[in-house]
Amino acid sequence: MADVTPIKTPAEQALAAAYDGARGRLPGQGAIASLRENAFKRFDAQGLPHRRVEEWKYTDLRTLLRDALPLATPPDAQAKATATGSGAVFASLNPRKLVFVDGAFVPEMSDLTPEAGLTIGSMAEALLKGDALVAVHLGKTFESDDAALALNTAMMGDGAVIRIAAGTALARPLQLVNFTATETSNYTRSLIVVEKGAKAVIAETHDGCAAQVNTALELVVGDEAQVDYFKIVATRGIHVGSLLMSVGRNARFDTFVLNQEVGIVRNQSFVRFAGEHSTGAIRGVNLLRGEEHVDNTLLIEHAAAHCAGREQFKSVLDGESHSVFQGKIVVKPGAQKTDSKMMTRALLLSDKAEADNKPELEIFADDVVCGHGATAGALDPTLKFYLMSRGIDEAQAETLLIQAFIGETVEEIPHEGFRDAVMAAALAWLETREVKP
Amino acid sequence: MSLLEIKNLHVEIEDEGKKILNGLTLTIEKGQVAAIMGPNGSGKSTLAYVLAGRPGYAVTEGDILLDGESILDMQPNERAAKGVFLAFQYPVEVPGVATMTFLRTALNAQRKLRGEAEVSTPEFIKLVRERSGELGINQDMLRRGVNVGFSGGEKKRAEILQMAILQPRLAVLDETDSGLDIDALRIVSEGVNRLRSPERSMVVITHYQRLLNYIVPDVVHVLAKGRVVRTGGKELALELEAKGYAQYTDEAA
Repeated sequence: MADVTPIKTPAEQALAAAYDGARGRLPGQGAIASLRENAFKRFDAQGLPHRRVEEWKYTDLRTLLRDALPLATPPDAQAKATATGSGAVFASLNPRKLVFVDGAFVPEMSDLTPEAGLTIGSMAEALLKGDALVAVHLGKTFESDDAALALNTAMMGDGAVIRIAAGTALARPLQLVNFTATETSNYTRSLIVVEKGAKAVIAETHDGCAAQVNTALELVVGDEAQVDYFKIVATRGIHVGSLLMSVGRNARFDTFVLNQEVGIVRNQSFVRFAGEHSTGAIRGVNLLRGEEHVDNTLLIEHAAAHCAGREQFKSVLDGESHSVFQGKIVVKPGAQKTDSKMMTRALLLSDKAEADNKPELEIFADDVVCGHGATAGALDPTLKFYLMSRGIDEAQAETLLIQAFIGETVEEIPHEGFRDAVMAAALAWLETREVKP
Repeated sequence: MSLLEIKNLHVEIEDEGKKILNGLTLTIEKGQVAAIMGPNGSGKSTLAYVLAGRPGYAVTEGDILLDGESILDMQPNERAAKGVFLAFQYPVEVPGVATMTFLRTALNAQRKLRGEAEVSTPEFIKLVRERSGELGINQDMLRRGVNVGFSGGEKKRAEILQMAILQPRLAVLDETDSGLDIDALRIVSEGVNRLRSPERSMVVITHYQRLLNYIVPDVVHVLAKGRVVRTGGKELALELEAKGYAQYTDEAA
């Protein structure tokens, strides 16, 4: 087996050529260049992930990514102009926006007014000139051999490098606005370090035209830090996002992802509870129709004792859409008193929609509470009749019931502003839904 | 004209083809409170569901006329807008839909279908506050999901609250007494009695006479094997309580 060289797909060949062609221009020398080189070797050895790779079983990227789009070039004035309204979903929160167009940081569209305890830089610049934070953390937040992540590491062009100094509570939410102005591919890599006792609310939005995006965020949650992180993917094309998190002691984090009006999305979260007595929640909602495909895959590693994790994902599926949930909880030896629960539910509005749920537990400690649950079903006709018997028409009855279904998860978002913004986005989706008689 | 006329109604359960109502004929006058009593399996709940338009029941013969107009082809929400209200035997929980939102959506949907203006927020809040106070329903319950975490008695009270807000012309109460203790029964009955009016008819479905001590009917119909087998005054309920339903099940067999 070991010597078998699989035939490369045209996309894999194109990706190899893109790396070869770009490697001289990609930012960073020395350690960075060898990080890229090693990552590319890992990618090249595995190729694009496919259905025989267990973690990618339901999202066969080798088949889905038929042609690799050309690497994005720096955005021109026109491309930047089209990005003006991007990420407006969180406008009501008055966030500090950091804008990326086709994967490149656009400082003139970003809010870089100084704030005590907050340092913001571009990843391209950090890679090029060297950066202490990057040197310490990049590629080390959560090490994984995942092929898509390896490709990101090899090709990473730009992104944000953010430090929130110890004890700082950010005045406003941060929003990484990602807009694709052209049908190209881009690889952003960001690093956010929330130091001891600091508080941050971070949002990440992706919209624009049907591009191929492979993005990764390394999020370091320090001891006693509190982080709320929200991601909204609302873009056609192919989106592969990796969230790599390391969580210190006595910390609290909440993450939430909303996927709607998408093409193919893979969100993979790799989270390590590295310090004791921390709590974290990873939640998400998918609102899908047509042939949309969303895969949320989690790897939650409890490496320290006394931590609590909550994972909850809901999918509403219409048309021929497809949702995938894979959640793996790993409790390392010694991580006693771990309390980790995972729940995924799918609401199927069509006979042709598909939901695949795969929860896994891997427990190497003997005093833990871990559980998982998964359901898939249609709208309850009894509930629908109850609502209609009070005068509510069929479409509105369905809307209320779907709203209630996702509401259960959205209501758990601790940040009120984001909760409202997420619900408003979900309601907008519901309003455009067609009810079949 | 009678408010409700049920003419020779034959009803089957769709998937099973099982016949439940078998030539049921019944007239309800405007302002009348009619009790429907009968043994288990006589078709009482089916009658309630068919009136409200629950899917899954096939009317194979006969008709249901409200104000002389057939409602058989109407959706449940259209019937509601015409004034039909069903108080469920087992009210369902709708997690995630707050009772206030639900009530307001329902009331305005009905008004819209009738070509009436929406109720303003202050008006609506005032209305709900008054009616819920009478039924001993606190404001916290109204902020929760519909019926979520309610006890059996609270669910029944919530049904009567919905009825008080929606102001139907034909209220069908399906075994409203089931699962209620004496105190809850009194509160619910008082709620129902407050809604009695010359403009509102009620069909009170019950297995036991007990409820009829509180909600005194104008007329009692006995249902057996899917049709009305006897009609009488309120004293008929007492007779049934004493003698049981055996004579009707045998008679109809």
